[in-house]
Amino acid sequence: MIQVNDLRKSFGDEEILKGITATFEKGKTNMIIGASGSGKSVFLKNMLGLFVPDSGEIIYDGEPINEMQIERKSNLRKEMGMLFQHSALFDSLTVEENVMFPLRMFTKMRLKERQENANEILERVNLVGLNKKMPSEISGGQQKRVALARAVVNNPRFLFCDEPNSGLDPKTATVIDNLIQEITHERDITTVIISHDMNSVMEIGETIVFLKDGKLAWKGTNQEIFKTDNETVTDFVYSSNLFKKVRIAQNKGL
Amino acid sequence: MNKFNKALNYVGLFLSIFTTMRFLRHIGRYMIMLYGVFKRPTKAIVLKELILKEIDDLIIGSLGITAFISLFMGAVVALQTALNLDNPLIPKSLIGFATKQSIILEFAPTFISVIMAGKVGSYVTSSIGSMRVTEQIDALEVMGINPLNYLIFPKIIALLFYPFLIAIIMFVGIAGGYLAAVYGGLSSSEDFIVGLQDSFIPWHVAYAFIKTMVFGLMLATIPSYHGYYMEGGALEVGKASTTSFVWTCVAIIIANYILTQLLLS
Repeated sequence: MIQVNDLRKSFGDEEILKGITATFEKGKTNMIIGASGSGKSVFLKNMLGLFVPDSGEIIYDGEPINEMQIERKSNLRKEMGMLFQHSALFDSLTVEENVMFPLRMFTKMRLKERQENANEILERVNLVGLNKKMPSEISGGQQKRVALARAVVNNPRFLFCDEPNSGLDPKTATVIDNLIQEITHERDITTVIISHDMNSVMEIGETIVFLKDGKLAWKGTNQEIFKTDNETVTDFVYSSNLFKKVRIAQNKGL
Repeated sequence: MNKFNKALNYVGLFLSIFTTMRFLRHIGRYMIMLYGVFKRPTKAIVLKELILKEIDDLIIGSLGITAFISLFMGAVVALQTALNLDNPLIPKSLIGFATKQSIILEFAPTFISVIMAGKVGSYVTSSIGSMRVTEQIDALEVMGINPLNYLIFPKIIALLFYPFLIAIIMFVGIAGGYLAAVYGGLSSSEDFIVGLQDSFIPWHVAYAFIKTMVFGLMLATIPSYHGYYMEGGALEVGKASTTSFVWTCVAIIIANYILTQLLLS
């Protein structure tokens, strides 16, 4: 579980995060949603320790990250997996080497054992036969799946995903969403997903945190988000024509 | 007019303070980066492979072009010296002597380092810069790996082998001079070799290698700094490569002067 208490972060005079408090539960796909510029990515980077917050606490399974020694923080990071928005695969490594990278860095596994693990997870994300390809030789959707395989190959306790299905076609996006949810449930890990895709929210958002202008505007589940009267949330949710039509149909009792 | 001059002075003062502060900020950040390179080392077996790869990319990969340039530069030095020897009292062995001195003292360590700033420096800046733009550096950091150690330390170690490259360059440069002088009919083989052996000071070779080591460290770290701390997108990667080339050259030229003062005067 990850607990965030009164998190604040500014860049120069501009305050990006204005005291956010939220809880991300273990074994669930926790989503952070909000419009562009609402502070989602800054919030995630603070949680990952890539930014140092101005004030507030981030607690990983009872351990506040700002009180950890560098060594402990470094070890905690080895228990995190991250799926970046643009995959962030290492250009100079093949698909298989990318997936094996965390195993190579943090375990004493032999090459054969690492390859077996990599193949197993690549099979899990439906990427068989691409082991020797370079990241530039595969499609965006395949890159995302390789990045997901790399993020979870080391059995992390925490999985972070920054807009995992941005730039993907709806079918591939659904595949990625479902994989994230399945892996979260199977391995009982704490997953935090940043998204502004309402399809994803509807599909896999078990808990949802809605940010607006660096503040927590609403929290709930994917069932509750379509029933809420919170105007900020409804403005965001029903900005999509599809959801607007669904709502009209619902109101008409169709 | 007086007021105008005064205002101009203030503007000039403000600009120089601003430039100095910015320069000092870069120096400070560069030092912090160097400190970070040696902290939290990457797993030894991984580092070993990275170092071998960097030696292949940075040193062996540069051998062809630097040897080619060196061969012809040595030939040109020998030709120019020979063509300027009008006085029959000056011995022909001077061609070999001048070639040896210019290649060992300046051409091989300094001129080749400036070329390397273009070839290796741009490669280092753009490769690290691209990793920054595509969040690969963030990925390393999130995994608990020290990106400075993972990316820059192998380059520093690889460039410790730079003096070996320069030793080959010295040999090829002098060979170029020999070929041009002897086969161009400007000097006999004996005269050229006498010139090479004449007034040979071993310290000059040591001085050249000391310079090479310092330049090697600059070639590894200055371009890495510009790549690692770059901000923006693909366009900025190109700009960072250019800036890195300029600053690496400036640093090499200034260090060359200081080292010459310290070691030879």
